[in-house]
Parts: sequence; structure tokens; C-alpha cells
Amino acid sequence: MKKGLTVLLVLFCVCGLVFAQGTTETSTQKAAEKNSVEIFSWWTAGGEAEGLQAMIDVFNKKNPGVELINATVAGSAGSNAKAVLATRMQGGNPPDSFQVHAGHELIDTWVVSNHMESLTQLFKDNGWMDKFPKGVLDIVSYKGEIYSVPVNIHRSNVLWYNPQIFRKYNIQIPTTMDELFKVCETLKQNGVIAFALGDTSAWTATQLLENVILADAGPQKYLALWNGTCKWDDKDIVKALNDYAKLMNYVNPDHSAYTDMNALTAVAEGKMAMNLMGDWALGLYQQMNKKEGTDWEWTIFPGTKDSFILISDSFGLPKNVKNRENAIKWLDVCGSVEGQDAFNPIKGSIPSRLDADKSKYSDYQKKAMDDFAVKTIVPSVAHGSAISEAWVTKVNDIVNVFTSDKDVNAAIKDFQATADKYAPNN
Amino acid sequence: MIHQNKIKIFFKYFFSILFALLFIFPLLVLINTSIKPFANVSLSTMWVWEKHPTFVNYGEAARKLLPNLLNSFKLVIPVCFFSILIGSINGYFFSKFKFKGSNILFALIIFGMFIPYQSILIPLVQTLNRTKLYGKMIGLILTHTIYGLPISTLMFRNYYAEIPDELVEAGMLDSLDIWGVYRKLIIPISIPTVVVVLIWQFTSVWNDFLFAVVITQDPLVQPITVALQNLSGSQIVAWNTVMAGALLASLPTLFVYIVFGEYFVQGLLAGSVKG
Amino acid sequence: MYCPKKEIQKGLAVVIPFAILLFIFVYGFIGWSFKVSLSAWDGVIPNMKKVGFSNYVELFHSRRFNMDLWNTLFFTVLFMMICVVGGFILAYLLYSGLKAEGLFRTIYMYPLSISFIVSGVIWKWILTPSEGINKLFQMMGFNATFGWYTSTGHIGHYNVALISLVIAASWQYLGYTMAMFLAGLRGIPTQIVESAMIDGAGEFRIIRNVLLPQLKPITFSALIVLGHISLKIFDLVYAMTGAGPKFVTDFPGLYMFETTFRGNHYAEGAAISIIMLLLVALVVVPYLVSTFRKED
Repeated sequence: MKKGLTVLLVLFCVCGLVFAQGTTETSTQKAAEKNSVEIFSWWTAGGEAEGLQAMIDVFNKKNPGVELINATVAGSAGSNAKAVLATRMQGGNPPDSFQVHAGHELIDTWVVSNHMESLTQLFKDNGWMDKFPKGVLDIVSYKGEIYSVPVNIHRSNVLWYNPQIFRKYNIQIPTTMDELFKVCETLKQNGVIAFALGDTSAWTATQLLENVILADAGPQKYLALWNGTCKWDDKDIVKALNDYAKLMNYVNPDHSAYTDMNALTAVAEGKMAMNLMGDWALGLYQQMNKKEGTDWEWTIFPGTKDSFILISDSFGLPKNVKNRENAIKWLDVCGSVEGQDAFNPIKGSIPSRLDADKSKYSDYQKKAMDDFAVKTIVPSVAHGSAISEAWVTKVNDIVNVFTSDKDVNAAIKDFQATADKYAPNN
Repeated sequence: MIHQNKIKIFFKYFFSILFALLFIFPLLVLINTSIKPFANVSLSTMWVWEKHPTFVNYGEAARKLLPNLLNSFKLVIPVCFFSILIGSINGYFFSKFKFKGSNILFALIIFGMFIPYQSILIPLVQTLNRTKLYGKMIGLILTHTIYGLPISTLMFRNYYAEIPDELVEAGMLDSLDIWGVYRKLIIPISIPTVVVVLIWQFTSVWNDFLFAVVITQDPLVQPITVALQNLSGSQIVAWNTVMAGALLASLPTLFVYIVFGEYFVQGLLAGSVKG
Repeated sequence: MYCPKKEIQKGLAVVIPFAILLFIFVYGFIGWSFKVSLSAWDGVIPNMKKVGFSNYVELFHSRRFNMDLWNTLFFTVLFMMICVVGGFILAYLLYSGLKAEGLFRTIYMYPLSISFIVSGVIWKWILTPSEGINKLFQMMGFNATFGWYTSTGHIGHYNVALISLVIAASWQYLGYTMAMFLAGLRGIPTQIVESAMIDGAGEFRIIRNVLLPQLKPITFSALIVLGHISLKIFDLVYAMTGAGPKFVTDFPGLYMFETTFRGNHYAEGAAISIIMLLLVALVVVPYLVSTFRKED
């Protein structure tokens, strides 16, 4: 017995040594070796991964000699990927191009610190300057230079509701905050949970708050708030905070146990009446076989009909990448009609270009694209467009407390303190 | 054994079974969710035993997690090997050879097993980055081996302390030097503690998440704990697949426990209690 | 003990290199973290400008961190209590000589083999207020509306939501303490027990006066291991509850991870990690000192 075990252990040791020798060739090593390009994203599941693959297929068709390495890091809606990216960028090992939310998430992290190349010339060379709405180009610019190519657009001021509940209690679709509260009150009287919130992840509550602020203060003031020129004790902002606190009275009490997905499902199952979520909810409802018209319907969040809160994924060009030429070829695809029309229909988002082929898109998407072309474009706070990551994490913390406490005065103080520290115009 | 009467025996069985059920029921939730088709997966159906079970999820989870399963093995086996080897060398040395400051040195080594890993994450990442080991399996192996040394040393040291010193002395009289004694006399009798350290390291490295998520990002390199967390995707989570994957991910360690459970009990006792 | 100088030198030659490596990775890094915690590094680019202890001061003024500390205290105490008491009960039941001991032991110990990531997800589901275990209780007729980990209720500084984490963590570690106590019980010479029985002592008397005193060292050991797990807890909280509403289930380990890797507030993260280290040292160092003193 002892001898047998000893032999087994020796074998074990040998295997151990053998394994210790082998290491998996990482994507960066591969990128360095051949004529390749390494792109980096957190699109690892479902429609996102498929959509990305479709765009990669377009790239491969146009660039047959180049090997495209699709490096992805999943989890936590990109937080893991962002952490990884930070380490690589700092370590002098940037991917050739990486997915990043358009706006301050890119600007404040990588542009200000001088890690990114300007893409203005690329846009001009490709004739892109008038193919994207000006609002979008503003979001991806810093000091007059463009730094990323937006690929897809999601809208975050969309309200999802259960049509059966609305029909049962004869509810009209609310178009202002006051109407929204009337609807909530009616539902509450009838014992129905009016508003679903799933804030296990902090960003969902922040997303709701930004919508309420937009509804009460309008897009101009919204932008001013997030660049520090408008203060948090402005009367419109205070009204928004009060409205948010009031809305919390109509929200499911155990909201912090619900994920965003759980909240949307609850609406489709008729357990709760309404939920605010970005339009990627469509993909979820499709996968769960929930039917539009019976299980769910959509409208624009009350008070924000003339605005389009934008969440956009984009790709940029870090400095000193190993395969600069190929990276630019990738960006060409990202900003092209072909590339965008390959990616967006599958992912459920809309293209950032104004001249896409509408026939490829669903009804919702067509309507969204129409709105996108004419409505006021406003960056999302919760999703890293409007403000820096450092500021967002602090905002999320305050929103967490505010959601439970509903203490408006404390919120004003706390929010202003973060603005003083992190706002660009302070 | 303590004298029992029938009533006492009944109660003891009753409570034992009750506790056993309490321990099992979360596992039942796991299994139930893992056999549901996606359309049925929702918080509201958690307690409803699935009427149309499907094992598609297991196939899906296996497909998605298999490479990472292999990564976990690639990680755990070298770590265990080196932890055992170095730990036993250290344990032998500290248990049989006293010199000035040996206690302090030993204490400093042992303290390493208690530090919160968060305290060293930032410099660890920076160091691995600078030595080009960041993001690679070798970096993770190195990390786990080094941080596994303290407990391995402790367990071996406690075990060897029980072995009579005369054995070492006899070896030395036979003109073996310190490492000759180790090779010829100590190694052959180390099996029990080897098994125990093996189990301990295996399970703690297999289940580690913090180091894995911070150090490895390439999905081709990541161990299964990170891959499991990643199955959650960006926005839409297929909980049925996740639960199936969770069960699969825990099978190896479960297997180790069931087979070597008795050794583990002995080892916990030997390694932690004395001293 | 045999102490020939030449042999010891040979021994040191092999042991010291590994010790050095370990010390770099432990003490060197701790030193580095400390240095970062005294800097102004806030953002992706390192900024090592010295700012004294201001990061620490800010932390202790921060509502979130203060809650973390209280949460750590209460979680640790409850977790230890349940694991020790529960572990002993389970071990004693097995010690009493049940049939199928192997099966029971395996059932009690299997949670230990599961990753916190997995169990966190499961318990998160089970303790969801409106759909989880409350639903079962309601079906049985109880008015179960407890908020579990969404509850922001508190008794003094104790956040009621913590009980959810305590349950999940205890479920996992009861097997460990049970194994410890079982081994300990088996190590008690049967003569002592038998003579107590002959003396006419009842079962509870025997437990109290004979068995428990013998288990003191094991209990102590178990407490140390449990303590150091609870002080640096991260995986379970990350997977199960996150920081929670008003941070009722937040812990330093989670706060450190989020602030460092999501918010890029490196100096703040380093300060948190140093404080965590000090907390652990407070528990562990006295234990190590007393252990070594005992041996000499």
C-alpha cells in the first residue's frame, strides 16, 4: 500500500513538473507573432457575442490576410474587463483596440492620461464627419479631437410596462412625472407594485435617477450638472431628487435583492407594473419568449420624450500598439455601414451612423433610429458616458444610500461634494 | 461510548437527519434550477420542481467550461506539487533543527497564511506585470504556490514534530547529511500529511476566485471559478446553465472530499490543533 | 533536538531562498501597499505624491467604511458562535456512534468543497425576500416577510441583513468545525469518559465536565481560522449580496476591491487593505505568540 501510494505520488510529481512547463499562449503573444490584430471587449454572451462575430466576419472578408484575435473578458457588465485593461495599459501592453463606453469613461481614463491617439484624421479621411449626429461626435471628443469610433447605440430612457395591468386598471401611458405619480398612486390603491427596481448592481438605480433628473431639469441643465456648472441645490435638481425619493415609495421593497433582469422579468410576469431600463431589455424578452403586447410594452420615460439618453460602445486606438495598421483597418469596419449593419441587428442596438440600411432592423429599432436622428442626444451617467469612472463610483455609493434613506438634503450635500472633487469645470 | 437509551438514540438520529436535510436543500435548489429550460428560470419558480427536466444545460455548461476546467487542473496540480515539496522541506527543517531565531523565522513564515490577500493585491499585480508574468497561468501558479507555503509548512512541521528525533540522529550517525536523512528517512513516512496538504491546497486553490479574477483575464487561461462567474455574461444571465456549471465545477473537490474525507479530518487535527 | 552547525547551514541554504521569496511576497508587498496608502494615487496613472495619513482619516470619516467595520465585528462574532456551537453539536451526534457516520460526515462536509462563488449565488436566490424561503414559510402558514439581505433594519450597529451572510457562511464552515471537534472528541481517552459514566454522571454532565475542557485547544484553533476567514471575507459577499442597500452587507474586502478595480482609487484601496491587515494581526499575532511561548 505504502509503496503503491509512493509510486502514485511520484507520478503526480512528474505530471506536476510537466504541467508547470506548459503555459497557454496568450492572445497578446499571438498578436505579436503574426500579421494580426487583437481587439478587446466584454461581449461574451448572447446577442453581443454573436453581433461582434458578425462584425468580425465583415473584417475578415475585407482583410483576408490578417488574423483577428478576439480577446474578451466577461463579467460584471465590463468591470472585470476594465480592470484588466487598466493593468495592460499601465503595463505598456495595450490591446490594438478595445471596447469602451463612448464618453467620459474613455476620455477621463485614457485620453486625459495621454494613452490614446486622435482619430479626427481617420474620420475626415473616411468621410465620417457628417455621418454621425453631432451630439454623438461631441460625446467622443475631447478638446476638439475625436478619440473613438462609436459602433452601437442603446437608449436608456425607455419605460417598460405590463399592458395587462394597465388595461385592467384603465391606465393611460404617463408622459410627465406628475402623470407617472398618478399612475403609481392608482396602482398602489389597487395593491399592485407600481415600479420595479432591481438594484443589486448599483448602476440601475443611478440610471433611474438620471432619467428623473432629465425629466425635471431638461437636457441643457442635465449637461450643466454633469460638467459642474450647475449646482446640486438648483431648484430643478432639488425637485428631481424629491421626485426620486417619492418614486421610491412605489418601488418593490426588496429591490436590492433583484437584479436588473429580475425586475424586467417581474414586469413581464405581471408582478409589477413598470420598469426603467435600456433597450437591451428587448433581447432579454426575446430570449425569455415574452410577447410584446401581451407581456410587455414600451414607451419613453415620462418627461424625456424629446431626449435620447445614449449609451454607446466604441472602439479606440491606443498609442504604441503592436499592429497599428491593422487596428486602423478594424476601426474602418467599426465605423462603416457594413460593419454596423452586421453588428447592430443581432445585438439589438441601433447603429451610430445615420445612413444605415433600415430594412435590416426591427420595428422598435426603426423608431429608435428615427428618434436618434432628431432628438436631443444626452450621455448617460450610469454607463460612463457623461462622467468619469471615478466620479460614477462615488455617485453610485450616494445613490445607494439615497434610495433607502430618501434624505434629499444629505444627498444634495454628498452629490455636491463629489462634483466639487471630480467635475471637469470646478 | 456513552450509555444511550432508546429515546436518546431516537432524538440523536432525528436531529442528525434534520440537520442533514438542512445541509442538502440548497443543493436541491441548485439541481432544480440546473435542469430547467431557460424560459422557466425565474425567482418565482425556484421551489417548483421542474416538470420537464432537461440536461441540455449540463451539456452547454460543460461545453463552455471544459477549457477552464482543464485550466483549473493545470493550476492546481503544479501548485500542490510545489507546495507539498517545499512545505515538507521547511517543515522538516523547522521541526528537527533548532538555531537562534528559528522560532521567529518560523512565526514570520506562518503569519503569511493569515494576511488578507487584499493587502497585497496592488503590488502583486504590479510585480507580476513587471516580470511579464501577469495574465499567464505561470503567474497564477507562482502566486498560489508562494501563498500556500505557510500553511503547508505549518502542517508538515506539526507532523514531523511527532516523529522521534532519534530517527534523525540515527540517520546522521549513518553518515547521512541533513538532506540525506530527508530523502531516505523522512519522505517515505510523510504520506499522511502529504495527502492532507494535498486536499487542503487542492480545494482552496480550486475554489479561489480573488487571485484568479485579478491575475488572469484571457478566457483561455482562466480557471473555472472565474469562468463560472463569467457565465453570467454582460446583461442576460442564463441561470440554469450557471447552476449546471456550478455543480460541475464543484464535482472534483467534492470527489476529493468523499474519497479522502477521513484523512482530511485527521489532517485538520494534526495541522491546526497542536501548537 | 540535533543541532550541528554544518547541517543547519545546509538546511538554511535550501530553506532561506524560499523564505526570502515568501517574505517579498508577504512583507515586501505589505510595505509597498503601505507606501501606496500614504500617496495620492487616485486614477489610472500612479501618483505617488505623499499625503500622510489623510487617506486613513478620510476612510474613518466615511460612512461606508465605518459600517464595514461594524459589519465585520458582528459577522465575525455570529459566524464564530454558530460554527463552534453548531460544529460541536454535529460532532457530538456523530461521536455518539450513529450508523452511516461516513454518510452524515460527508453530508455535513460537502459544503466546504464548494466555492463561495457558487454558494453565494445559491443563497442569494434562496434568501430572496419575496420568492425565496419566505415563500415556503408562507405556504406553511407563517407570516414571513423578513427582508433578509435587503433589510436595512438594525439593532444598534448590528445590521439585520448580516444574518443572511452568516447563514450562508456557517452552512459552509460548520463541516470544518465539526471535523475538528470530531477529531478532538475521538482523541479523548475513553477511560476518562468511562470512569465518569461509572461515577454515575449523566450525559450532559459528561459533556460539560469531561469533554468540553479537553476540547479547549481545538476550539481555540478553530476560532483563529474562522476569525481570519471572516476578517477578509470577499467571495461570498461579492457573489451573494454585494454591498447592499445603505451598505448593510458591505465589508472591507469588497469595498477595497470595488474602489481599487472599479473606481481606480488606488491609494484609498491600499489604505483599506492595510487596515484589514491590522485587524487580522490583532487576532492572529497574540495567538502565534502564545503558541510559541507554550512550545518553549
